[in-house]
Amino acid sequence: MGAYILRRALILIPTLLGVSVIIFFMLHITPGDPAELLLGERATKEALHDLREHLGLNKPLYVQYGMFLKRMVTLDLGETIWTRQKVWIEIKQRFPATIELSIAALIISCTLGMILGIISATKQYSIFDYLSMLGALAGVSMPIFWLGLVFMLIFAVNLGWLPISGRLSVGVDLEVITNFYILDAVLTKNGEAFRDALWHLIMPAFTLSTIPTAIVARMTRSSMLEVLRQDYIKTAKAKGLSQFQVIFKHALRNALIPVVTTIGLQFGVLLGGAILTETIFAWPGVGKWMYDAVMQRDYMVIQNGTLFIAGLFVAINLVVDVLYAVINPRISVK
Amino acid sequence: MLKKILVLILLAVLASVGTSVAAAPKPGGTLIFGRGGDSVGLDPAYETDGNSFMICDNVFEALVEYKDESTDVEPLLAESWSISPDSLTYTFKLRKGVKFHDGTPFNADAVVFSLGRQMKERKIKFFGKGWEIPSQERPPEYWVSMEMDKTVDSIEAADEHTVVFKLKRVEAPFIANLGMDFADIISPAAFMKNPKEFVRNPVGTGPFKFIKWVKDDQLLLEKFKEYWNKKGGPYLDKVVFRAIPENSVRFLELKTGNIHICQFPNPADIDLAKKDQKMKLISQAGMNIGYLGFNHMKEPWKSNAKLRKALAAAINRKAIVDNIYQGQGQLAKNCIPPTMWGYNDAVPMIDYGVDKAKALLAEAGFPDGKDLPEITLWSMPVARPYNPEGLKVGVAMVSDLAKIGIKARVVSFEWGTYLKRQREQPPDMDLFQLGWTGDNGDPDNFLAVLFDGMADPAIRTQWHNQQYHDLMTQGKQTIDQAKRGEIYKNAQKLMYDEMPVIPIAHSTQTWPLLKKVQDFKLHPTASIRLRNVWLEK
Repeated sequence: MGAYILRRALILIPTLLGVSVIIFFMLHITPGDPAELLLGERATKEALHDLREHLGLNKPLYVQYGMFLKRMVTLDLGETIWTRQKVWIEIKQRFPATIELSIAALIISCTLGMILGIISATKQYSIFDYLSMLGALAGVSMPIFWLGLVFMLIFAVNLGWLPISGRLSVGVDLEVITNFYILDAVLTKNGEAFRDALWHLIMPAFTLSTIPTAIVARMTRSSMLEVLRQDYIKTAKAKGLSQFQVIFKHALRNALIPVVTTIGLQFGVLLGGAILTETIFAWPGVGKWMYDAVMQRDYMVIQNGTLFIAGLFVAINLVVDVLYAVINPRISVK
Repeated sequence: MLKKILVLILLAVLASVGTSVAAAPKPGGTLIFGRGGDSVGLDPAYETDGNSFMICDNVFEALVEYKDESTDVEPLLAESWSISPDSLTYTFKLRKGVKFHDGTPFNADAVVFSLGRQMKERKIKFFGKGWEIPSQERPPEYWVSMEMDKTVDSIEAADEHTVVFKLKRVEAPFIANLGMDFADIISPAAFMKNPKEFVRNPVGTGPFKFIKWVKDDQLLLEKFKEYWNKKGGPYLDKVVFRAIPENSVRFLELKTGNIHICQFPNPADIDLAKKDQKMKLISQAGMNIGYLGFNHMKEPWKSNAKLRKALAAAINRKAIVDNIYQGQGQLAKNCIPPTMWGYNDAVPMIDYGVDKAKALLAEAGFPDGKDLPEITLWSMPVARPYNPEGLKVGVAMVSDLAKIGIKARVVSFEWGTYLKRQREQPPDMDLFQLGWTGDNGDPDNFLAVLFDGMADPAIRTQWHNQQYHDLMTQGKQTIDQAKRGEIYKNAQKLMYDEMPVIPIAHSTQTWPLLKKVQDFKLHPTASIRLRNVWLEK
């Protein structure tokens, strides 16, 4: 197992190298440059020249790529062009917000998706099955943007149950340690902040979870249906086991394998979907940050942020692969 | 019954009298300002965007400031100033007893430090011990683009409360430039403590001090209790700037009372705000101009003024302002906003008329657009303060031009490319949309910077007209404002006759806010000043 993990970890190097080549050259082929956008209409030739010189944009492309590689090797993510802040500090401030949101969405979609999937599979062709699969179809096709606004109108504006946007209400004090607000509230035993942070999390997490919930539900249903038709399930039933035992002890474990793969991939999708959710709910995460960086051509943010996320994505896939082995001992890792 | 009505009328009259008497400001409370984006940084010398400047506006102060509702300059941290007869030496007497938020005193050395650090070659002299200013982190954008290095020769502290600026050339807008954000005075002690982090820990003399900043979320300011000016505010205990990127969500936050002011609403939400009992609207004509330019490096545009005028008459600018600016704009006849001194109201409005345009086109030598190949109309891909939807404006113009027989097509690029290629005046560009938001309220900042192509090949409108160039030079070198006003009025008349660009509109800003927010004003320069704002309980 140890050797396997090491080998997979080593694959990270060529992967990141590939990502760096693609992202660097795509960025620099894309028209527009940060100096022009930073200075806008008032750019004088002199100001543009000075700024490009300062940012190293006047150097040949291969030199710039070399500098990028050098920083990568020394694990230095550099400094952003717009905010003049170390990239890793910006990531550190924003990434927990995105992860908090994504994890919450993932928990919702796993729980809800699996429950819906299991019930639909065991009660195939029932009215519940039709309704939940219709809901799943709607969930996949619903634009996050629209859904977020509808949620806001219903639950925040009309019912007044939940806050509209943001991560914490103005005036609620929270001592920030990890930047995961829920965790920080627990660590500092701050009940008010905990409740407030949780309340702020609910709506964006539900909005973000709609698509993964739908996908997990459909995946669980079809995988369950397949497993339920297997002979060993019939045997289990014939032995006189209860419905509960058949489903949860015999069927579910096998049915979960493809579902876990899907969930692992969904985490990446969640990080991508977070851009929209974060924009609507004024959630100060990494998605909105990256989007702004693309619009402003902040090369440092885009290059290093993408590298960071790519690295994380590979790492999550590794975790998922290891999880396979835990769920199903027949799959051995070599 | 009649009695009842009379009583009611009396009550109504009393009520209206009661509200019309200006209430005395009440101190206290937290104002929450909803804005579309976060600040980039908070060091006034290095910022370029409105979201950063609106914080600087309240944390810092400069030697001079613009009046509350215009861009006339008045003293702020400088009590007075005098100009030498040759107009090359400016001596400022500074206000005494002013403190920075960190407790250090404001004095001449702080001025030398704040402005001197932006010079390429620092010719500065401190009165006291002074500081070894670290080298520039990057070029200070505004200092460079306002060409301050070409203007300022040296900055010296003559004594603790006197600063002397020696200039390299006569520059009439110099004082107005010192009212801009980049000229804010910062605390040298705070800067020297950690130069790299000052951008996130600003310390000035303004009415509010900086407390905390959670990126992309909230930025907190607090009342500065030792603020030097005891007349007026600050009244608010705290101000929170919340970044809420989505316009409609920001408006919902206002509707539910979670924020007090909503910046840049969707036009549709302005109508909703009008009907809402808890809200009011505030409007301000912006200090800007959106225009349609000609490629003056290329014939036939370069030397055919009649042709340019034909196009001006052909475009239905009023329809564009009504429909695309959605009423949030004012039809322009000059290229400086009407609120600015030196505006020439005697210049006639450009008449719209297809027949008139056709006649002019024939006079110009292109009857019915014959012999004129298909032309390109560059349209802006992004919304700017002076033009909400460049592409729609472009399409409207193309169809207007078709009515007089000119074939045109809309061309657009990504914004950075657009700006870059436009400056090169490439042959594949015939007409282009662009505009400007003013910096310092000086007509020079519009008329010379935008249209005097002879001054610099980087000027976006490469119109070369000797008479205009002379006027601009004269304007820069005349100190008397009344005389300068006349010069700029002549320049506007000349522009009407020559039509180097077609002025389209000055846009207006309208923001909804809660009724309990008192004395909040939008400034023509778009700066946000919260010093005298207070909240009704």
